[in-house]
Amino acid sequence: MNTVVRYFKSLMLLELFAGLSVTMRYFFRPKFTIRYPEEKTPKSNRFRGLHALRRYPNGEERCIACKLCEAVCPALAITIESTQRDDGTRRTTRYDIDLFKCIYCGFCEESCPVDSIVETGFLEYHMENASERIVDKQQLLAIGDRFEAQIAADREQDAAYR
Amino acid sequence: MSAPADKVKKDAVEMVNIEVDGISMEVPRNSMIIEATDKAGIDVPRFCYHRKLSIAANCRMCLVDVEKAPKPLPACATPVMDGMKVYTQSRRAIDAQHGVMEFLLINHPLDCPICDQGGECELQDLAMGYGRSVSRFTERKRVVKDKNAGPLIQTDMTRCIHCTRCVRFLEEIAGTSEMGGSGRGDNLEIGTCIERSIDSELSGNIIDLCPVGALTNKPFRYSARSWEMRSHRSVAAHDGVGSSLHYHTRRGDIMRAVPAESEMTNETWLSDRDRYSHFGLYSKDRVMAPRIKLDGQWRDVSWEQGVSATAEALGAAREAHGGEQIGFLMSPSCTSEEYYLAAKLARALECENIDYRLREIDFSDHAVRQQYAVFEKKIGEIEHCDAILLVGSNIRHEAPILGHRVRKAWQSGAQISAVNPLNWNFHFDLESAVICAPQQWVSELAKVAKSIENDGRASIPDELKALIPGGEPGAEHQSIAKQLKESEHGLVICGQAAMAHPSASALRQLARWIAKSTGCALNLLPHGANTTGAAHFGALPGEAGLDVRAMLDQARKTYVLWGIEPDFDIANPALAQAALDAADTVIAVASHATPQLESVADVILPLAPIAESDGSFENLDGTTLSFSAAGKVRGEARPGWKILRRIGAVIDAQGFSQVNIAEVQAEMAGEEDRKPGADDSWPKFNKPRSAKGLHRVGETPMYGVDALCRRSDALQATAHADSGFVGLNPKDGKDLGLAHGDKTAVDQGGEAIELEVRLSEEVPQGAAWLRSSTCVSRALGDSFGSINISAGGGAG
Repeated sequence: MNTVVRYFKSLMLLELFAGLSVTMRYFFRPKFTIRYPEEKTPKSNRFRGLHALRRYPNGEERCIACKLCEAVCPALAITIESTQRDDGTRRTTRYDIDLFKCIYCGFCEESCPVDSIVETGFLEYHMENASERIVDKQQLLAIGDRFEAQIAADREQDAAYR
Repeated sequence: MSAPADKVKKDAVEMVNIEVDGISMEVPRNSMIIEATDKAGIDVPRFCYHRKLSIAANCRMCLVDVEKAPKPLPACATPVMDGMKVYTQSRRAIDAQHGVMEFLLINHPLDCPICDQGGECELQDLAMGYGRSVSRFTERKRVVKDKNAGPLIQTDMTRCIHCTRCVRFLEEIAGTSEMGGSGRGDNLEIGTCIERSIDSELSGNIIDLCPVGALTNKPFRYSARSWEMRSHRSVAAHDGVGSSLHYHTRRGDIMRAVPAESEMTNETWLSDRDRYSHFGLYSKDRVMAPRIKLDGQWRDVSWEQGVSATAEALGAAREAHGGEQIGFLMSPSCTSEEYYLAAKLARALECENIDYRLREIDFSDHAVRQQYAVFEKKIGEIEHCDAILLVGSNIRHEAPILGHRVRKAWQSGAQISAVNPLNWNFHFDLESAVICAPQQWVSELAKVAKSIENDGRASIPDELKALIPGGEPGAEHQSIAKQLKESEHGLVICGQAAMAHPSASALRQLARWIAKSTGCALNLLPHGANTTGAAHFGALPGEAGLDVRAMLDQARKTYVLWGIEPDFDIANPALAQAALDAADTVIAVASHATPQLESVADVILPLAPIAESDGSFENLDGTTLSFSAAGKVRGEARPGWKILRRIGAVIDAQGFSQVNIAEVQAEMAGEEDRKPGADDSWPKFNKPRSAKGLHRVGETPMYGVDALCRRSDALQATAHADSGFVGLNPKDGKDLGLAHGDKTAVDQGGEAIELEVRLSEEVPQGAAWLRSSTCVSRALGDSFGSINISAGGGAG
C-alpha cells in the first residue's frame, strides 16, 4: 500500500518544489555577501592588520628603541638597530618588519610602552616582489601618518578596557 | 702540597655555628651574615654590598631578621655570632625589604624602556620580587644634573640610588678618589668631585659595579640590549696579564666587552684599554680582502692569488739572496700558534731573522735567553710582596691590572720604590724614588747595586763592575737597597721603559743582580700581550739570525710584517721606514692598513684580529689561555695560523698540513720549551754611551700600544691619549729659552716636527718627555735616544 502511494507522490515532484521554496525564501531575504571593495563589513577596533609606527602630535616619533617588541615577537619578524640621536635621545636607526614572518598576534603592540608600534585596521595591502615584504622605518612611519586618525580613534575606544 | 697550608689557615680562623632559615652552618668568626648566605646559596637582595669593596651598608636592601634583635639588621654589616639564628624569609625580613624597595623607587625614574641598563639592572630585577605593582607616590620626583665623566662613562645621575659602589671603587681599588657624594638626605648627589672626567685606567669597572643605569658604557650607549647579545669568553690582548673577558656580540658584531672572573689574573676587574679597544675593530681602514700592488695600484685578489704571490716572493727572495735576506717582524701580541708556525716557516726558508721585540733596541744580553720571559713572582702573588722596586715602569699604564696588584701590596704595608725616567703619577706612595734622565739611568741603578755591595753580603760580578760610577750612593739609593734587603718577599719589576732603553741589557742585568743579591724575585714586563708565548715558541732570532734592530740597520731585501704598523710599533719609526723603503718586497699581514703601510707594502693579507680568531696566549705567569673566535670575521680575513699554514703548504715546506687548530696545538704541546733553564752567567753588553744633551723619554702611551687601541675613538678621546707635546724640566726650558706653551722644532737626526713645550717638574733635568707610537712621533727616531730641541727666542 505504502509503496503505491509513494509512487504516485513521486510523480507530483513534491521534493523539487520543497527545494525550490528554500531557494525562493533565500532569494527574497537580505544578502550576507557584500560588494567588496565598494562595500565593506564593519571591523573591530581591535582588528590587527598592517603595522604602523606612530608619532606624537608635535611630529616626534614615539619609538624609543626599547626593543621590547623585538624581544617579544614570537615570529622574529622585527629587527631593530638603535643609537643615540644627536639630541641625546634613544632612537632607532633601523626598524624592519618582515610581513611574511609576522603572524599578526599583536604582542608588539601590547609590549610597546609608548604606543608606538601598532597594528592598524588596514588590511588591503599587497606586494608584487618578495623583497617588498620587509617594511622599513620610513614606510611604517608613513603608514602611521596616513592612518593616525583611525589609529587614535581605535585606541580611544579601547582605552576603558586597558 | 697545599694541604698543610690550608690546615694552618683553617686553624687560624675561628669558626662559629649559626643557623640561617633553619639550616645550620659553620662560618668564620667576624664574617658577615651575607657572606654566609652567599656561600650557602641563599639569596639576600643587595645593592651596595660587593665582596671586593668595603662595607657601606647604606642601601638597606639586605635587611634580615635576626632572632632576639629588636629590628631587622643589614646582612652585609652584621657579623655572625655563635648560635645566631637568621631568617631571610620571615614576615619581618620581607616587609623590611619591601619597604626599602618602595623608598628606593620613590626617587628612581620609572622609565626602564629608555634606560641603557634595562634588562640587566639589579634594581629592575629586585623590583620584580620586592616592588609594588603600582606606586603610591604621587609627589614630585628628584632630578639630578648629569655629570660629564669623560668619553668612556655616560652618567645619568637621576637614576642613582646612592649605593656608593663607584665612590668606594675609585677610592679603594683605583686609588684616585675621583667621585664622591655631596649634600645630605634628599639632596645627596654622587658626582665627579670637581667637574672633571674620570681618568683612572680602571674607570670602566664602575659601569659594571653600578647596580642601576646611572653609570653606563658611553661608546656602547643605546646600541644593544643585554638579551639580544651572545657572550663569548675571550682573553684581552693588550698586556701580558691576559685578563679574562666576555665579548658580547650581536649578529656576529662585537658590541662590548665586560670582565670575566679570574682570580689569578684580573679578579673581577677589567682595564679600560681591554674594555674599550674593540671599538677600533670596525674602523674604515680594515683590510677586507687580500691585496696586491700592481704598477702602484692596489688590486683586491683572491686568497689563492694572495698566498701564491706571497709564497713566490718569499721563494724568489730565498733563491736570489738566500734566507738571511728575509726578515720576519712580528707583533708582540700575536697568538702562540702564529709564533710557532711563523718560526717554522722562517726556518723552512732558511731564515733565522725573526723577532717580536719591536719596541726594544738593545739585545746584547740575548745570549742569556731566559731574560726574555722572566716573571718569578706570579701575578696573584704580587700583592703579598713587602718591598717592590720599579725600574723604568709606569706600571699603572703598562699593565693596569698589575698596577692594581702593586697597589694592593702597598695597601697592606709594602714599601714601593722606583728608579724611573719620569715622576709618574702612581696610585700608591713611593717610599724612595730616583727620578733621572735616561742617560743617567744605568749609573743611578748601579748606585743601588753599589749600596747593596757596600753592605758586604754580595759582590758585584766583574761584568757589571764597569757600570758602577764613581762616588758614593745617595740616601735614596741606600734606602732602596735597605728595603729590598730587609724584605721577605721582595720584588724587582723591570718595566717597558727600561726594556726600550738603549742600555736595556745593562738595566736588566743590574736589576737581575739586585734581585739575586737581595733574595728578591725579578719580573720583566715587556711590551706586548704574548711575549712569553713568542719566546716559548721560538719567534726569536736563531744563532746566526738578526734581532729586530739589526734587521733594520742592515736592511733586508724582503720583509714580512706580521700584525704591525711599522710607523707606530717599532722603536725607531724613521729607521724602519728607511729599511722598508729600501726593501724589494714587503709582505704585510694585517687587520688594518694605514696609508704608510700601503705605501711600503707590496702584498697585504687580511689578518683576523684576536677577537675574531681562535688561538691561545701565554700570559706573564706562563699560563696558557685559549680562546675561540667571538665576533664574525669581516670580509675575507683569516686567522693568522691559517694564513701561515697556507703559505707553508704552498712553498712545500714540511709540517704545514694541519687541518684545524687542535692539530697545531697538539704539535705545539710536543714542542720543547726554547727558554733555556737557569743560567748564572752574566753577559757582556753594550756599555752605556756617555751622553750629552737631552734624551727622549719615549714611553708608549697606554692607549697607543697596538693598532686596535689606536683606532678606538673612545680611548683616543681620553686625556691619556694626549701626545702632541714635548715635556721639559723648567730648568732645561729656561736654558733653551722656552716657556710653557711655546712651539718648538724637535728632531732626532731626521725630519723636524713642531711641538708644544710643556714645562713640568715631573720631568727630570736632561730628559725630554715625548711619547712614542703616536701620530706625531712617526718621523722621529729611537724612543729613548738623544733628541735635539731648538732653542727658543729667550735663549741666554
